[in-house]
Amino acid sequence: MKKIGKQTVKFDTPPTIVDCSSIVGPKESQGPLAKYFDKTLEDEFWGEKTWEKAESKIIKENINLLITKSGIATNEIDCVFAGDLLNQCISSSFGLRDENIPFFGVFGACSTFVESLSLGAIAVEGFANNVLCATSSHFCSAEKQFRFPLELGNQRPPTSQWTVTGSGAAILSKNGTGPYITHITPGKIVDMGIKDANNMGAAMAPAFCDTLITHFLDTGRNPSYYDAIISGDLGHIGKEIAIDITKSKGYNIKSNYNDCGVLIFDKNSQDTHSGGSGCACCGSVFSGYFFRQLKQKKLKKILLIATGALMNSTSSQQGESIPGIAHAISIEI
Amino acid sequence: MNINWSNVFDWMMLLKCFVTGGLLCVIGQILIDKTKLTPARILVIFVTTGAILGGLGIYKYLVDFAGAGATVPLTGFGYSLAKGAIEEVSQNGLVGAFIGGIKATAGGIAAAVFFGYLASLISKPKMKKQ
Repeated sequence: MKKIGKQTVKFDTPPTIVDCSSIVGPKESQGPLAKYFDKTLEDEFWGEKTWEKAESKIIKENINLLITKSGIATNEIDCVFAGDLLNQCISSSFGLRDENIPFFGVFGACSTFVESLSLGAIAVEGFANNVLCATSSHFCSAEKQFRFPLELGNQRPPTSQWTVTGSGAAILSKNGTGPYITHITPGKIVDMGIKDANNMGAAMAPAFCDTLITHFLDTGRNPSYYDAIISGDLGHIGKEIAIDITKSKGYNIKSNYNDCGVLIFDKNSQDTHSGGSGCACCGSVFSGYFFRQLKQKKLKKILLIATGALMNSTSSQQGESIPGIAHAISIEI
Repeated sequence: MNINWSNVFDWMMLLKCFVTGGLLCVIGQILIDKTKLTPARILVIFVTTGAILGGLGIYKYLVDFAGAGATVPLTGFGYSLAKGAIEEVSQNGLVGAFIGGIKATAGGIAAAVFFGYLASLISKPKMKKQ
């Protein structure tokens, strides 16, 4: 691999995404993408006593599902890159504690899925034959940690997004016939001073645009090179902001750009306000929907850019602004 | 048996109560939709506004006008705090400012804790529908 331009990495022998799997919660199961997910849950507890336990179970079962599906034995997986939104990434570490696979915990907020895939791809180009990348989020555990207890029954403001309950996971391998991860563009932290924890789309959109444009400059590509440019969880408000910012910088992405947070819920019937968010938003929509599109060759080149808001509950209470981040990977067949 | 409903209920009072309580909620809804205030801050604003208006003697006109429409919303809690403090001061001197508010609202606070506990024993938190 080698670095090209300012911050992009080009792989000499691009890792293959061998397989992906996804599990989603009850609300996602009623959304427009329901039929693409591997498993849909009927309730948010999934037989567990707490939401946190349920989230750990979701990532654990999703990884087991993926290992079974891919036909790659657990002991052939060299390491896992995984992370989530809960403090100290407990969903991933608790969910993976019985797996006996070397574990790297990753925190990139909602950008974790692409951050894991990026690190996984680097590992595959380096020492590993097979690497597993996974992430999860849960509406109830995220609301509880970042906003207010659900028992309080608070109203959600119109700009707020709905944290996706679920998990997305992928296995990357040295050997394979694609889809390949050809480039990664790790993003810089961009903070435009947004302080509203209920308006994440606006906080993350500038980071998305920064990474997107840097990727174009580094690779010499332009928006029309890709069949689809997909952001992780900017939601309806963030998506419009992203289109406007890129337009002002001279790139028109309107025709082939969409957002996982916009796709996963139906705006009119599901009343999620500004759309979906959370690690599992990008993770499950890519694993469930876009990976199939690539496998079936309906899409040939996509640029997946997961966006993250790098705040925590203390920083919000202390009035800090929300630093945004976005990581990009180019996936081609 | 003939019940004359117009005597059982003071319909005008019911209407005033409903409209006043509703309008206070409308203010909360506008604050949620149009400002970046969190629900916790709106709650505190409502209680302190009630306390200030209560202390200035203004809120009691609203209570006289709308009854429970003014006392049940959060502003009513603030009003009770102020009213309790003022009454206690008139009976026991300045120390009443520290005692009166909580004394006047003790029933509500203890009931909230007690019934909250009861509810937590018999129910389980759920995901919201929207």
